[in-house]
Order: sequence, then C-alpha cells, then structure tokens
Amino acid sequence: MMDTSKREEHWRRTKSLMIVTLTIWFIFSFVVHWFAAGLNSVNFAGWPLGFYMAAQGSEIVFVITLFWFVKAQDKIDRDCGLAEED
Amino acid sequence: MAGKMAGGSFIENLPKIYGMYTGGFLVFVLLMAILEQMGVGADTIGILFVAFTIVIYAAIGFLSRTMAVDAYYVAGRQVPAVFNGMATAADWMSGASFVAMAGGIYFGGHGYLAFVVGWTGGYILVASLMAPYLRKFGCYTVPDFIGTRYGGNLPRFLGVVVLAVASFTYVTAQINATGTIAARALQIPFEVGVWFGLLGILLCSMLGGMRAVTWTQVAQYIVLIIAYLVPVFWMSNKQGFGLIPQFVYGDAVARITELEALHGLGTLDPVAGAKGGLRALSVPFAAAGDSAMASWKFVTLVACMMMGTASLPHILMRYFTTPSVRAARQSVAWSLMFIFLLYFTAPALATFTKLQILDPELATGIIGKSIADVQALEWIQKWSNVGFAQIIDANSDGILQLNEFFMRGDIVVLATPEIAGLPYVISGLVAAGGMAAAMSTADGLLLAIANALSHDLYYKIIDPEAETKKRLLVARILLLGIGAAGAFVASLKLTSILGAVAWAFDFACSGLFFPIVLGIWWKRANRQGAIAGMAGGFLAGTWYLYMVRWGGMDPWIGIDHLRFGIIGMPVSLVLMIVVSLMTPEPDAETQAMVDEIRVPSGDTVLGSSH
Repeated sequence: MMDTSKREEHWRRTKSLMIVTLTIWFIFSFVVHWFAAGLNSVNFAGWPLGFYMAAQGSEIVFVITLFWFVKAQDKIDRDCGLAEED
Repeated sequence: MAGKMAGGSFIENLPKIYGMYTGGFLVFVLLMAILEQMGVGADTIGILFVAFTIVIYAAIGFLSRTMAVDAYYVAGRQVPAVFNGMATAADWMSGASFVAMAGGIYFGGHGYLAFVVGWTGGYILVASLMAPYLRKFGCYTVPDFIGTRYGGNLPRFLGVVVLAVASFTYVTAQINATGTIAARALQIPFEVGVWFGLLGILLCSMLGGMRAVTWTQVAQYIVLIIAYLVPVFWMSNKQGFGLIPQFVYGDAVARITELEALHGLGTLDPVAGAKGGLRALSVPFAAAGDSAMASWKFVTLVACMMMGTASLPHILMRYFTTPSVRAARQSVAWSLMFIFLLYFTAPALATFTKLQILDPELATGIIGKSIADVQALEWIQKWSNVGFAQIIDANSDGILQLNEFFMRGDIVVLATPEIAGLPYVISGLVAAGGMAAAMSTADGLLLAIANALSHDLYYKIIDPEAETKKRLLVARILLLGIGAAGAFVASLKLTSILGAVAWAFDFACSGLFFPIVLGIWWKRANRQGAIAGMAGGFLAGTWYLYMVRWGGMDPWIGIDHLRFGIIGMPVSLVLMIVVSLMTPEPDAETQAMVDEIRVPSGDTVLGSSH
C-alpha cells in the first residue's frame, strides 16, 4: 500500500479539478445556449453571437479545456508521486 | 508495413508509415485528376476511388492479423495517444457526421447545431469522468468493467444487453451508409451495396480484431478528413469567400438572413408533392427560438448526445488501447481535436452552400431564377435523376421560389463540389471520404458488440474454461454473424439514418452512463443499485421511445423520440442511488478496487490477459 495521505491529497485535488472542468463544461454546453436568442442580437465579427457559440465558440472552448485538463491532472499525479513512469 | 509484426519498431515508425500513406493517397488523388484531364469518365474515377481505398484498408487489416487475446481485444495496449486520437475520431465520425451533418445544419439552422455541441462536449465527460479510470482498470470491454466492479453475472449481462441494443441501432445506420455510397460509386443496386460494404468492413476487422481496426481507422481518418476539408477550402477560395472558410463565414450568415427575408422564408409554406426524404427550406438559419421551450429543446438534445458519447462502448473501448493512463487522457484530448477539425467546418460548409444556392447575385444562385435555366444546370439534372433534388413549379410562374425547390440534406456534402464547379475528382474524393467515415464507425461498433458477446457472455458467463484459440474463434464467428444481421436489417431500410443515430446515444446514456460513472466515483454503489439503474433506465427510456414514436403518446414537455435519454437517465440515477442505499455496501475488496483505479500508477486491476 502506498502512502495514504498522498492518496487522499491526490483524490481531493482530482475531485476539485473534475468539478472545475465540469463547471466550464456546463456553462458552455447548456447555460450559453439557453440564452442563444438574446446573444444573437450581439454581433461577433459578423456572426450573431448565439449562432457563433453553437457553431464554433463552445467547441473551441471544449478543445482548450480538455488540453488544459490533461496537463492539470498530470501535474496532480506527479505532485502526489502517483504518476506512471514516463 | 513489413515491420508490423515487430511490435516496438512498428510503433516507433508510425509517423513515418502514416506520413508515407498520406503522401501516397495525395499522389493517388493527383493521378485521378490527371486521368480526368485525359478524359477518363467520372464513373470510372468514382469506382477507382472507392475500390482503391477499400483495398488499402483490407490490406492493413490483413497485415494486422493476430492470434493473441491482448492484441485482439485491446490492440496490445500500445497505441500512442495521437494515433489513438485519430482512430477514435474515425470511429466516432460516422456516415451521418460526414454526409448528413452539414445538410442537417443547412435545413435545421441553429436548432440542429445542438448535435454539433453535443457530439464534441461529450469528450469532456469521457476524459474527466471515465476513460483514464477504465484504462487503469484494465478491462477488455465496458461490460467487463461493470461485471467486475459490481460482481455477479447479472450486471455483466445487462451491460451486454444495453451495449448490444445501442450499438446495433447505430451499426445498421452505418452499414446503410456504406451501402448507399458503394451503390452510387460502383453503380450496383443498394441491396448489393450493403453486402459489399459489409465485406469491406469485415475485411478490416475479422483477422486482427482491435489491432486491425485501430490501424485501419487511422488510415480512414486521414482519408476522411482530407476528403472533407479539401472541397470546402477549394470551394471557398474559388468562390472568393475567403482563404480559411471556417473563420470568415460570419458575413455570409448575415447575408443569408437578408436573403431569407428577400425570398419570403417563413411566409411561404413548402408546396405539396415532393418525393420522400426531400425538403424545402422553411427554418431560419441563424435565428434561435426566443422561448423557454426552444432553449429547453436545444439543451436536452445536447445533454442526451453528450451523456451518450460518454456511454457508447465503441468509443470508451478505444481508450483501453493506450500504453498508459496518462496516454488515455491525452488521447481523449487529441480525439476531440481531430473531431473538431470536421465539426467546426460543417457549419461553414452549410453556410456557403446555402449562400451559393440562395444568392441571386452569385452565378450559382438558383432561387429566384427562371426554372428553365435552373433545370439546365448539370448538378440539378444529375441529382434530380437519382431522386435527391426536385423542382415543383406550383404557381406556374416559371420562376423558382424558395418553397418550390426540394433536396435531400446529403446533397450539401455530396454535391457541393459540383455546385461550385469543382472537377469531378473532388466528388470521387468525397465518396471515398464518406465510405471511410461509415466503414470506420461500423467496424468499431461491430467489434464492440462481438467483443462483448464473446468475452462477457461467452467466456465470462457461459464457458470460463475456454481456450484462447476457441475464444478468438467464437469472437470472429460472432463478428460475422452480427455483421450479417446488421446488413440484413440495413437492407430493409427501416428508418432514416439520423433517427437511428440519435437513438443509439439515448439507449447508451439511459442504461450505461450512471452505472459507469458511479462505479468509479461513488464507492457505495453496489450490485443491486447497478442492476436497478441499468434495467430501470434502459426500460424507462425504451418504453418512452415506443410510446412517443409508435404508441401515439404526446411527448412530455417537448421531449420527443430523439431525446428519450432525458427520461431514461434520471430514472437510472434515482434507482441506482435509492436501491444502493437500501442494500448493504459493497465488500472491502470491491472498495479497495475502486481506490486502486483512482490512482494512475501501478498495475491494472485486471491482469493483462484475463
């Protein structure tokens, strides 16, 4: 068995990261699109903003979030000494 | 490809091998372009494109043949993150994504974009809640995880049932798509095309299982992404829309909104008499419904597609093939990146196609032009002949109104090269891309079903003593049988492609989402809870689908048959929690196992060959 306090810290930080990631996910999956009609009155580089967010904006946020998440989780693993060998 | 058998060196050489493959494919495209210039007919070029690519995939499938369990089920767990990302993207992007998505956006406008949001954002759930933990677990299939985590044969069996129903619903649509494309490109009847498509699919997967499917899917991704992007870039530059179409179509969206008013969209109802499957424009493109119901419909569809993404076994099992937990996570990010390349292009393609058709100031515009002129256009003639487009001059004024022009959504992808006046070689390329998209998804789905039946049902439940050779033989026979069943159902043409695809996501999320997530994130979840959650969610969702679709029931608050996961998931969640809490907690061994999968380092929970 490995050091339990390290494991606990690892799981606590992993959970926080999951919550932050899913909060971003929730906002750009649901909240933004709930208000699409209102956002459409805003012009974003030619696009109505509500349409833009559904066609491109949310997707760009998802890609960036995911690469960030991978990095952040890897750092947690390494900090706690629970990462796999490279 | 000679190094294929020598594990390590093959993996190290992957970038070189696929670099050469990509170069070779581009040379082939160029060769076809030259043949076209020399006067070779469009039909021959179409046949060459489809036949050549299928032969390549089959060759890769043959070279990747294996008799090892580990290689057959999880490609030996040595697929690097970026390549697994490409394979997943091909696995993911189906005939529907490739052929129908842009058309769906063309007709459905903002409302349809819920699919685009849902089919990308689901990967956040895959990465943060599932993939790394399932990789650490070391299972071969998704029911393998459910069966081991919850213990006993019943949870494993229910997992197999949900997986089989969801994946089978999906795979018939894919075989249907391969049949359609093969039929058109090779000029054979649809019913024959379906079996031909199946043959191609099986050639890729029969001998090498997951290992063969992995390396063909990478090859298929390369073909499909080239085939999707090249026409869009070319069209955009030829028509003067902009160098990088994805970043410049905002003004085109605004122009379409003007044109919709000019052509009387919303005041003209589509005239009667159109053939089945053809539609006239009737929904504004950019406008979003300004009501709570419209917003509700958008977000519920997004939710079903996202949770479905995170529950579809043919996607989850791709992350069992990476060398490490870290690589599994990275691989999810790469998957999304590769999928994004196509998905953020589809709305641009839909926009430009729409502009080209609607704008009377462009040479390509047809709405508001004289019907005699429009009917003289080559692409109108060609696609009218095969029943993909139709003109009905209802008011006999000789001018084509918006409500008098009908077409199938698929045309947006298939005919764009012709609408924009690109050479035929591009249409051949598009056919090859559509074929790659449908074949790669069908391969993944068939393998997911056959593996679950052979590993979980046959080996784990029916005959745990079976030898390796027998297990792999059973796996292959099942693959053949399920493929044949899929092709048979597809040849019956029971449902439209898209209806079936959305249902697969709803089935998967109704039955599997919470049992998987809670199995990792809630130690208290036990066998009784999982049984109740899987069976209850799946049955509730299926019952609702039946009632809304065939039983004559009015949908509750706008939850139509595409969104029945919204009924299944809460039932699954509540049952799982309530029943788990009413029954004893899992034993210490199971709880320790859950602790173990939460830590990346160390050995997998299940042995490498189990």
